[in-house]
Formats: sequence, C-alpha cells, structure tokens
Amino acid sequence: MSVTQHNMLEQFDDRALWQRLNMFDWLWALLALAGAVYTYAHYADLMDSFEVAILAGTTPALIGLGWAWKPMRPLTLAVAGLSLAAIGLYGSSLGAAESNFFLKYLIASQSAVMWMSALYVLATAAYFFALATRSEFTGKVASAITWSATTMGLVGLMVRWRESYLISPDVGHIPVSNLYEVFILFSIITALLYLFYEGRYRTRALGGFVLLVISAAVGFLLWYTFDRGASEIQPLVPALKSYWMKIHVPANFIGYGAFALAAMVGIAYLLRYRQDRRAGGAVVDSRLPALEVLDDVMYKAIALGFAFFTVATILGALWAAEAWGGYWSWDPKETWALIVWLNYAAWLHMRMTKGWRGTPMAWWAVIGLFVTLFAFLGVNMFLSGLHSYGEL
Amino acid sequence: MSTVSHTQPRLPTRSSVLLEFLGSMNLAITLLVAVAVASIVGTVLKQNEAYQNYIVKFGPFWFEAFKSLGLYDVYSAGWFLLILTFLVISTSVCIYRNVPHMLRDMRSFRLNVQESSLRAFHVRREWTLALPLAEVEQQVSAFARAKGYRVRCKDHGDHRVVAAMSGAANRLGYLFTHAAIVVICVGGLLDGNLPLKLKEMGGQIKIETRDIPAAEVPRESWLSVKNPSFRGSITIPEGSAANIAFLQLRDGYLVQPLPFKIELKDFRIEHYETGQPKSFESDLVITEPGDPNGKPLATTIAVNHPLLYKGYAIYQSSFNDGGTRMQLKAWSLGRDKIETQAVKSAVFERLKVDTPQGPMTLELDDFRLFNINPAEEGSKKRFRNYGPNFTFKVRNAEGEAREYENYMTPIEFEGRSFFLSGMRSQVSDPFFYLHLPADAQGTLERFMRFNALLRNAPRVAELALETTRRTFGDVKLDNPNLIQEVATTMQRLVDLFARGGFEAIDAQVKQSVPEAQRAQVLDAYLKVLRNILNTLYLDVLKAEGVDTAAGVSARDGQFYDDAINALAVLPQYGSPFFLELNSFEHVQASGLQIARAPGKNVVYLGFALLTAGVFVMFYINHRRLWFWLREGAAGTELLFAGSGNRDQRDFRVEFERLAQALDGQLGSTGRSG
Ligand code: HEM
Repeated sequence: MSVTQHNMLEQFDDRALWQRLNMFDWLWALLALAGAVYTYAHYADLMDSFEVAILAGTTPALIGLGWAWKPMRPLTLAVAGLSLAAIGLYGSSLGAAESNFFLKYLIASQSAVMWMSALYVLATAAYFFALATRSEFTGKVASAITWSATTMGLVGLMVRWRESYLISPDVGHIPVSNLYEVFILFSIITALLYLFYEGRYRTRALGGFVLLVISAAVGFLLWYTFDRGASEIQPLVPALKSYWMKIHVPANFIGYGAFALAAMVGIAYLLRYRQDRRAGGAVVDSRLPALEVLDDVMYKAIALGFAFFTVATILGALWAAEAWGGYWSWDPKETWALIVWLNYAAWLHMRMTKGWRGTPMAWWAVIGLFVTLFAFLGVNMFLSGLHSYGEL
Repeated sequence: MSTVSHTQPRLPTRSSVLLEFLGSMNLAITLLVAVAVASIVGTVLKQNEAYQNYIVKFGPFWFEAFKSLGLYDVYSAGWFLLILTFLVISTSVCIYRNVPHMLRDMRSFRLNVQESSLRAFHVRREWTLALPLAEVEQQVSAFARAKGYRVRCKDHGDHRVVAAMSGAANRLGYLFTHAAIVVICVGGLLDGNLPLKLKEMGGQIKIETRDIPAAEVPRESWLSVKNPSFRGSITIPEGSAANIAFLQLRDGYLVQPLPFKIELKDFRIEHYETGQPKSFESDLVITEPGDPNGKPLATTIAVNHPLLYKGYAIYQSSFNDGGTRMQLKAWSLGRDKIETQAVKSAVFERLKVDTPQGPMTLELDDFRLFNINPAEEGSKKRFRNYGPNFTFKVRNAEGEAREYENYMTPIEFEGRSFFLSGMRSQVSDPFFYLHLPADAQGTLERFMRFNALLRNAPRVAELALETTRRTFGDVKLDNPNLIQEVATTMQRLVDLFARGGFEAIDAQVKQSVPEAQRAQVLDAYLKVLRNILNTLYLDVLKAEGVDTAAGVSARDGQFYDDAINALAVLPQYGSPFFLELNSFEHVQASGLQIARAPGKNVVYLGFALLTAGVFVMFYINHRRLWFWLREGAAGTELLFAGSGNRDQRDFRVEFERLAQALDGQLGSTGRSG
C-alpha cells in the first residue's frame, strides 16, 4: 500500500489532456452524449430552458468527470442501469413496489437506501479489519463494498426522484429537499470524496475513519426513518420551490462532506502522531500513512470544502434574495454558515500565512466538524428561523 | 519560493507601524473570530423580538444590561459594525501591502537568479552535455514551452538563464478573494440600516411604538420617499391599495412612503391533494400617480418569484385575513328556550353585545379557509382538512377576555359529527375543545333544544315530581311534604348540573355528606339525574316527531351520550352564547415585502470575485523552472531547478517527471542534487 515513485508519476502525466485520451475515453464521451441527445429528443417538450441548460451543462461535466477519474464511469453506468430498470419496473404505478420482487427487495428507493446503509456499515468494519490485519485483500473488499453502497445510495435517490413524480406530477421534485434526503446525499458525497483520495494516494488506511462518519449518518438516517417516518415523500412547500435549491443544497453537501473527511483524517493524523512520538524518533512501522501525507489530504479536503462551501453560501444568498427579499437576513442557518466559513478561512490562513502544521491543525479540523455539524443539524434542532427545511 | 510579505530592514515610522498592525494576520484572525462569536450570540439569543418577551425572559436588570449592549439586534449594534469596519480596513491594508509585490511576482521571470540560490532548492538536476550551449538552450526552451510554460532567456555573459513560469494567475486569486471581502462588506453596508441609525442618533427620526393608523403617525417617524435603501413590509387586503411600507425596527416601526401605489386584486393559495399549501400568489396592479403617461402595470408575484420594479423589489412574504365578511348566528346558551340572533360582521370588527352577564365586546380576529391537521392514528392519510374556522374574543366589562376558535362545519370523529369550538383564557394556553354533537341534519338544533330544556325550570320541576311520585308509588307517607321535598332536591340537582356540570354535584356531595356515605349518595344522585336527563331527551325527540315507543335508536342514543358530555363541560365554556358561522365572503390580505437595495449589485460583484478567487487560489499552482547554462570544460553544464508556490508534494512529483523527460530528450541522465 506504500506510495512508490512510479505510481505517483503515473498520475502526473503531463501530456495535454487530449493526448492522454484513449479509445475508452472517447467511447465514454460518445455514450454520455448519446444519452443527452436521447433525453433531449424525447423530453424536450417537457423541459423548460433551465432544464435544458442543466442537461447541456451536465453532459460535459459527466464526460470530464469520467475522464479525470475513471471509476466514475462504471459507477455512472451502474447507477443509470439500475435506476432505469427500477423506473421501467415501476411503469406508471407506485403499486409495483409491493408486487415486484426486484423493486421490493432491491431497487425501490427505500430498499436501495437500506442496502446503502447496510453496506456502508459493513464497509466500515471491513476497512478497520483490513487495517488491523494488514490484509490487502480485505481492503480491496472494503473498497468494493463502499463502491456498491454508493451505487445503491445514488440509485435510491434517482428512484426516489421518479417515485415523487409517480405520486403526482405536482409533488415531484429532486430529492434534496429534506433532512432524510440530504443525509443520503451527505453519505454518498463523503464516500465519493474519500474514494477519490483513496485512489489518488493509494492508501486504504483512512477508509475506516471516514466511513465512521458515514456510519453515524446512516445511524441517524435509520432512526429518522423508523422513528419519524421521514422516508415518506412530501410535496415541497412554496419556499422550497426554486431552482436555486437544486444547486445550493448539493454544493453545500460537497462542503460538508469534505469537512467531515478532513476531520476524520485529522483523527488519523493525531493517532499517527502519537505512534511517532512513542517511538521517539525511531522509524515507525505504522499502518497509517505518513504525517506529511495525512496533512496534505487534510489540507486538500478543507480547501475543496471551503471552495464549495463558498459557492453554496453565495448560492444561498442569491436564493434568499429571491425568496425572502434580501440576500442576507442574519437568519440562524445563514449566520452559522458564515461561522463555519470563517472558521475554515482562519484555518487556511494559519496554514498558508503562518505556516502552522501538525497537531493543532488536526485538532482544529476535528473541532471544525462539530461546528459544521451544528450548522447542519444543531440549528434545525435548537434555533428557529426562516429556513423551513429539515425541521426535526 | 516567494514569500508573502517583505519587510525591509529600515526604521519604522509611526504610520508604517500602524499599517503593520492593521494588516497583520493576528489582527485579521482576531477579527474573524470576533465576528464569529458575535454571530453566535445573535443566533442563540432570538433577535428583534418584542421587548416585553425579553423582560419576561431575563428580568428587568439583565434586560437593561443586554439592551445597552445591543444584544437584541446584534447585527446592527454599533460594536458589531465597528468589528466589520476593522475587518474591511485590515483586509484593505493587507491587499495594499501584498498586491504590489504579488503583481511584480506575476510578471517577473527572475532571470537574474543566482546559481547558489538554485543549488539551495529542494528539487534540482544537473547534466553535463556534449551539445553546444545554444543548442541546449534552444532545446530546453522548446521543452518548457511544450509543457505549457512561458519562457524567457537571458545572456549574462559567463552564463545564460532560461526561466519559465506557469500559473501566475494564482496571484490574482489572492487579490480577488480579498478584494471580494471588501467589496461585499461595502455593498452590505450600503444596504444595511447604518444610515437609519445615524439619523436616529442625530434625532432626525424617531421610532413609533404605538399601534396606530399610518395617517396618524407623526412626521418624524416618516422616511423620505427618496430613501435609497430599506426593507419594509405591508399587508394589503384584496381590493385595497397601499403606497407605504413599514420598517420594523427594534420595538417599533417607521413609515416608508413609496413613489407608487400597489393594489392587490386577488390573493390565492393553491393546495396539494394532501392539503399542504402549494403556492401563494398575489395579483398586483402598480400605478404611479405622478406619472401622467404611465400605464398601470398588472402582474402576479409568488414566493420565489418577486417583481423588480424601478429599483424596488416586491416579494410575496406572508398572508393574512383581509376582513372576511361573515354571517353569524349567536345561540344563547343559558336560556330556557332556543334564542338566536343573526349577526353580520367582519374580521377585525368589534361589536358591543348585551348578555345576561352584562355588556360584552365581541372581537372578531381571524378567519381561516383551510385547517390542515394531522389525521388521527390508523388513518391512511396523514393530513385532514377541518374546513373553515374563525377566531374571536369575548371581552367583559372588566376587560378580561377569552379567546375562541369555532369551526364552520361539523367534523366527523369515529362516525359522529361535532361542531368544534376551542376556548382558552390565556393566549399562551392551548385551546380546550367543546364538542357539540350535530343532529342528523347536521345542525345544532337538537343539542340547543336539549340544552334549553335542561334550563326550563317548570318542566324540570314537573318531571322531578313525576319521578318522585313514581318511585314512592303507593307507599303511605307520614310526612305529606316529603314528596315535594325530594322533588325539590332533584330539581336542584338538575340545576346544579346545568350550571356546573358533574363537578358541581361532586363538590356539593363532598360539602354536605359525611365521608362514609358519599359514594352511595353520589351514586343515587347520578341515577336520579340520568333519569331526568333521559326523560328530557325523550321530550326533545318527541318534539322533533321521532317515534320513541319502541325505544331509542342506537344513533339517537349515541347523540344523547355526546350531548351529556358536552353539557357537562358547557359551564366552563365561559361564553353566554355560541357563535355559529353560517356563511362568509372570504377577503384575504397579502403580506408583501418591499426592498430597495442599491448595494446588491456591488455585493454580487463581490460574490463573483470571491468565487473566481477561491478556485484560482486553490487550483492554480504558480510554478517556476530555471535552466542555468554554462560553457564548462567537459561540455555544456546545465542546472535545472524549480519551485511551486503551493502544494510542494505535487510539485516535487511533477518536477521529477519533467527531469525524467529531459533525460530522454537530452540523451543523458542527469544527476540529482
Ligand atoms: C474575511 C476575511 C478573509 C477571508 C475570507 C480570507 C480568505 C483567504 C483564503 C481562503 C486564503 C487562501 C488560503 C490558501 O491559500 O489556502 C487566503 C490567503 C491569504 N490571506 Fe486571507 N482572507 C481574509 C482576510 C485576510 C486579511 C485581513 C489578511 C491580511 C492580514 C489576509 C491575508 C492573506 C494572505 C497573505 C494569504 C496568502 C496568499 C497566498 O499565499 O497566496 N487575509 N485568505
């Protein structure tokens, strides 16, 4: 699992992008394009200009993502295949969820989410097992389980999207509108970010740590589902019926996911630091990556989170300007977004301008997660405001 | 590697010390933390509530203390604005100090680099080549260019330097993000209520705290129609128009006149099948009185779809009743026969009514067309519409009031229908609900007849006597008055029930009967009471023409039970009459928010800068490469070194790759340092 110079170099192929593309890359682009053309040819009448623009933007984004990070391709294909299968099985009636075996036990939204939940928890255990036994094979299995869980989660969201339209066309909406849905989104995004760094840094040692947060999210999701019946699809209240919501929420969750990742890497950092200190200068045969690597991942995750959180907060302000009549109202949710943002801005400054490194930054990243958690959940639980979404 | 701030060793002047302080990272971090802490206070302590609530919560001492700290409106408190101002200054100074050398750094290729500094780099590689120097220079220049670097060469006589650079835009990232902070804060300041605060401090305006019509508000609480930035709200009933808005400030408001008139033609709420609201829309007509050739503008706004009109933005923000007109029927509750009175009124009206308990005021407060409540357990649907209701207060001469909430149509529970009326004597209490059973026609007629009969003394006396006689039968009595006495006791019992329910009977027994016999006596009392109530109910049925010869139907029996339950709690209802809503003409009012925010475009510019800046700063790496060439004894000597301004790890790998590629290109393997 160690990083050799050779495999690092592979990633730094500095040929121009188009020179690096092989036949599969072009096939991928063709496939994505074909999908978009098919969608447009069949559903153009049903789409407004905003939706056409989204389709036009998604296609190159998907192609680019598939080129930049190859595993996106099988993931996309699996999610698309399973979702289309579910949609086909549903036909035009929700009743099929009860009678059809595949829907009922596998790919109806609720079932897919249950699979996702089980698989993420299993993957957490597998990653830790791999770490404890230094079993490369178990590590690979853990990655595979995480990929499967992510696939099922995405299928769950896709199918839920369709199910909302089957309830009634005016109820239909993209599933990013309440706490239940965004918890699924959070799990998926955090897992994807982790998987990206897993591939990039060729280490599975961090899997258990990151998946621990996801397992916690899954725990909340299950409680929320069974105790509060949160999985039921509700129509949108007027305040949420806005295109801004559809981009504001996902952007926010890339931020939250990245911050969560950084915090868990921070914990790994603190553990590794203790090992090193105990060894007192001797070379440590640690299962965890070197401090330098952990520090780097932590920084990259926070930078990514900060960038997306910035965009998300701006999108939120633009939306607020349209819905509440002011881009900034000091509503508690808004204010806490600012606090989270300032917190990470301070973190970045300390690192970039003061050159702070090491355990203080790791602790700060861990504490940052709690600040983020409060902005994400605590505000809804303890403070009241204009945000009508996700009341507990 | 470029450093961020160059401090030349020279004597500090006073102004440079000040600049140093203002632009220091420590101050910046302190300010960031201060803003964060202040923001937390603002979210934990609910802002801009009525002062009364704070007094209740904190007591008079802390209320005053917090008030003087501005904690009820943290975000426009002087000290908070001061922190923000310092943040702006600090960031500006930081930009001022850093940007010049950053811009220089972007343009400079550092062609005068010393060999010794290159040798100090972490990443470097050296070759000694058989090729002529000019050839090597040409090759490495072409190589760097091919890798996407910009290239400059310089001949220093004894050596030559080829310097290459890529990603210089990274430096703009710093400029953009930090300029964005300044721009956003300035834009926000333009839209905030700082100018209002200053005017208030200068005594030019005064916040109005009384609840009076706008026309009576004194001039010093009016703002200029030219006020460039404000955020106010106004509630307009359907069919009415307004040309002002109210600015809520602390515990009062200011009046903001508008240069146009907004008329509300219609307000609509659409619902989903489940009953939850789907959309709120207002049809507006905007007219400008001063504009002779201006045409009225008819438009519709909705939540998330505001109207932008000449720099003003008009938003759908809430809704209210606009004075729904109602035909009511007041049933008297305490009389011995049915008495009703038709009342015509509207929401927000106050009516004087004479009641047996003296003069009272009926205050109609609200009307709601839909009342979506959670459905009871076991039902498939999660929500249920209870239909229209209205709320009102009944206030007695002493000013004490009870609040009521009456539903228009009977609501079904477990197969039976009830007229629902909620009552509470404290606004903070939940409503306690009276369930008056509806008869087969869905009216209150039968219940009211029963209720009146219960209070009909002659009929109750007659029944009491009759029942007593029947009980005693042919028993020969010593005391001829005994029958009359027992009958009177019975009559009193019924009266007690009518005026105080079961509780009154219970209390009476507790008071007058020794403990040992209480249970027995109570049991006997209730038997007697039930007996009489039964007969009274049969009277009611007979009067309706129901044939009771073969007994009472299950349905009528159920009605009896429900009616007794209702009668038992009626004494606590507290109103001498029951108001039934017969018909209504719905008038709604739309709550609009009107804002003028000239700083908005400035803020949006800041947003654009911030977004661009953050991505540029994080994802463009400013990298430099140097090729240091010299004619040596063994051939051309080439020293290759480089640096990246962020992400050293990644750069090291990239450099290694470049060096390997160069090995191939130059046909010789270099030596790493
Ligand atoms: C709310 C205020 C501010 C925000 C949100 C902010 C944000 C940022 C961010 C996100 C970075 C990038 C960190 C990185 O490269 O990873 C940065 C860098 C930096 N900031 Fe700030 N900043 C603020 C105020 C200030 C102030 C007041 C100063 C001056 C003392 C300052 C000086 C710097 C410097 C010198 C850098 C490093 C630039 C570089 O190396 O390219 N910032 N800032």
